[in-house]
Amino acid sequence: MVVDQDRRTALDPDEVDRVFAALADATRRDILVRVLHEEQSVSALARRYDMSFAAVQKHVAVLARAALVHKRKQGREQIVSGDVETVRAAGRLLDALEEVWRGRVDRIAELLALDPEEDRT
Amino acid sequence: MTVTSVVKDVDRLELRLVCDFEAAPDRVWQVWADPRRLERWWGPPEWPATFLDHDLRTGGRARYVMTGPDGTKAGGWWRFTAVDAPRTIELEDGFADDSGEPDDSLPVAHVRVTLEDAGAGTRMTVVTRYPTLDELEKVVAMGMVEGMTLAAGQIDAVLADL
Repeated sequence: MVVDQDRRTALDPDEVDRVFAALADATRRDILVRVLHEEQSVSALARRYDMSFAAVQKHVAVLARAALVHKRKQGREQIVSGDVETVRAAGRLLDALEEVWRGRVDRIAELLALDPEEDRT
Repeated sequence: MTVTSVVKDVDRLELRLVCDFEAAPDRVWQVWADPRRLERWWGPPEWPATFLDHDLRTGGRARYVMTGPDGTKAGGWWRFTAVDAPRTIELEDGFADDSGEPDDSLPVAHVRVTLEDAGAGTRMTVVTRYPTLDELEKVVAMGMVEGMTLAAGQIDAVLADL
């Protein structure tokens, strides 16, 4: 199946706001990337950052409200896992990759448009 | 328009992007061959890439680190599986830790770059492919995080102008 370009997103504006707000923070982006890769307990996450358990728990709660991660109890631990569906819905599969490459192509074009004098090889 | 076509093939988990540049293939080759030039376009403006190694020959490797606005580092590595100057580069692109050492547990993309003469310029085709849907989802999800960062930065810039 070949999909052509389609700018729609599957999230409503409130959800998009929550996703953007959740991703506006570097620690939360870092947590999200980690738990997308592999689910982790809040305490394991807390050990990775120079901040309190409660602060990490707050970050996780913001991500959970945006449905970017899910929390479940396992004994005394809270396990956090990434929600690929939400992240994917935020831009749809392959769209993000296209954006990355469009940005790169624009930058290459700018670089090539510079005076060839600058072309030291 | 620089980008001529974009085809997403969900079955083959492939993104094929064709673009045209007003420069001869030798000059377009240099944006891949010269790490100092690569650094000016591989990462988004907010996440510039620094290439620690760049050995553009079949079997050669490259390591790079991208640095975010708050100093967060994201590493990557390439392995060149075929290099034919100034026409073809095939590489594997993976994730690395902040010193650029490969993280083998994360997905690897296969990228094929082809440069062809197109009138006075060059047509560049970039095909990016992932081995499994899981890996593609993971990479796109991670890419989204970077994309969102970029978009969020742009929103800030717009707000600052109001």
